Amino acid sequence: MRDQIKPNQIVLGAVAYDPKVVTIWEGFKAYFADQDLGFDYVLFSNYERQVQAHFDGVCNVAWNSPLAWLEAERLAARVGRKARAVAMRDTDCDLTSVVVARAGSGIERVEDLRGKTIAFGASDSPQATLIPLGWLASQGLEPGRDFNVVKHEIAVGMHGDHVGGERHAARDLVEARVDAAAMIDANHLAFGADGTLPTGSTVIVGQTPTYDHCNFTVLDGIDAALLDRFVNLLLGQSFEDPLVRPLLELEGLKKWLPGRTSGYALLDDAITRLGTINAWLDTASANSDGQSS
Amino acid sequence: MRTVDLGALGLDRGAHLLVRHALAKAEVGARVQVRGSDPALAIHLRAWARARGHGFEPGPPPIVIRTSLEDGRWCGAVAAGHAARPSEQASASWGLAARGARVEAGLVPLEFPLATRDEIWTDDAARLYARAAAAQWDPETAINWAASCELPDAVEDAVVQVMTYLIENEVAALIIPARFLARIHPHFREILQVLAIQAADEARHIEVFTRRALLKRDAPGLSTVGGQSSLRTLLEEPDFALASFLLSVLGEGSFLSLLWFLAEHGPDPITRQITTLAAQDEARHVAFGLSHLQQHAAREPGLRARMANAVEQRFSALQHTAGLNEEVFDALVLLAAGSWEPEAIARGFDAVVALRQDMDRGRRTRLARLGFDAEAAERLSSLHTRNFM
Repeated sequence: MRDQIKPNQIVLGAVAYDPKVVTIWEGFKAYFADQDLGFDYVLFSNYERQVQAHFDGVCNVAWNSPLAWLEAERLAARVGRKARAVAMRDTDCDLTSVVVARAGSGIERVEDLRGKTIAFGASDSPQATLIPLGWLASQGLEPGRDFNVVKHEIAVGMHGDHVGGERHAARDLVEARVDAAAMIDANHLAFGADGTLPTGSTVIVGQTPTYDHCNFTVLDGIDAALLDRFVNLLLGQSFEDPLVRPLLELEGLKKWLPGRTSGYALLDDAITRLGTINAWLDTASANSDGQSS
Repeated sequence: MRTVDLGALGLDRGAHLLVRHALAKAEVGARVQVRGSDPALAIHLRAWARARGHGFEPGPPPIVIRTSLEDGRWCGAVAAGHAARPSEQASASWGLAARGARVEAGLVPLEFPLATRDEIWTDDAARLYARAAAAQWDPETAINWAASCELPDAVEDAVVQVMTYLIENEVAALIIPARFLARIHPHFREILQVLAIQAADEARHIEVFTRRALLKRDAPGLSTVGGQSSLRTLLEEPDFALASFLLSVLGEGSFLSLLWFLAEHGPDPITRQITTLAAQDEARHVAFGLSHLQQHAAREPGLRARMANAVEQRFSALQHTAGLNEEVFDALVLLAAGSWEPEAIARGFDAVVALRQDMDRGRRTRLARLGFDAEAAERLSSLHTRNFM
């Protein structure tokens, strides 16, 4: 499989969570071709398959969700390799999630959620499920023990990239099927503006600390000069450039930043606490060992 | 530090406008303190600022740090010419933008084949459009459809035949400007407006002529190969100036005489009324054609030769067709006669002969206005289609 990547070529793995993903990476492909960088991409239907394929050498850079990043990092540690985050969007930095309740329901503080039912997104959504669950636990509220969990398993495998789970949680709240709901800060604003959450209908019960979202992940062994060129081209993309701007807008950023891994601690804690990827990690590391042996 | 107070207004109800307004006045790097009583203010402001590339500090009160990233959208933006006067050449990269608007760079070029001012423009366009807009009439109320309209059967048949002929001619006169309308760069707004209202005029004429044709009959009259062949040569002319010359100056010019003839000799008040109103509209179409062709000819000396060739070619293409069908000619005579009395028929016949002479005079006058000498004007007028349009 590793032979499928030509020398001096970036083969990017990305998850096809939306048809626009094709438009985005086709655009990047054309841009990199203009810059004389060999570039192709491979789409996956879910992040687990992408991470595994990255380790199998199908791609040499992966556009990873925060959970996929941690999967890659942990798998690397298991199989004696090293994962690095090399670049991310400005909009991937310093996100927060909120837990909201209906206004007038009497739920105003985190402690008020005890014994209540809270709606979340898909099981593997960092922003709508894992980080809020981990954060609630850190506040003394264990899921299942201190409150009931309702998940919206929409597009599982896409790690919450699909907004559907959060929107269902918001609707559950408005229609009083649950007592509270979790979502990313930007969606609380967006749901207010688009009427999903009528103005004044919710109160914010709590907000998580900040965390980071996606990054371009590489594994040890990638050609250093090739990687430098890829990262430098990304960091050099300007919102002022009319050829690049549509791509940046589709991907939801104003500028690329160097990768940092300081913003994944909340999620790391949450998946450790919840054991989210343990089973997958066992299988994946067995597969990767099998590959390498 | 600048401060903006949102009061109780939340970002989910438009408070971002106030924040944006405050940031627009601040220098890049400036810190803008945002005050307000919405409980979600700091949470929403963080998300809002992040999506726009601005810095954020949670406070309280929260602070937005202005960056220039959003301004980058307008880097390389260009003005789509000047609002007051169209440019010599309209750029495909202006797209559909209003004339003089600032257009973001990176627009996929939108190609309009007619984008050169000299090919289409007349300074009269705005005035002609305004006149047309003010002169629009409602077929339902502008015409007294209840007026008495009892004619001898043969005269009614003659009216129906003439209406049938008018309808197919007006269909051609609708389609031709509508086709060119879609090919003209919208930078030349006034030209688009004139052509659009011209098409709307023709739509109205088709309506009233159809209504008159079917007033007493179940179906319109006859449509001939010769008549349609003549109109087809107009539809197939790809050049805007030449199509405009053949349709508006020669065709609709001749039609003006015909409509005034019907307004005078029409045997019933409805026929007289609808042709009077249609003639008033057609006069504007002729005026527009003459106006932009005069300006075009002044800048392109070879245009007159091209126009003359177009008439010759059309003549050649049509010389083996029947021209105006006998049904229409006879119907015009009978309609002007008003009865089968031989004396009346003689009067009708003379009136139609006079109509043809009037059409020829009108064409020569208009050709002279386009700079043709008397001899050329006489020759070209004589070669004009016998089908009138």
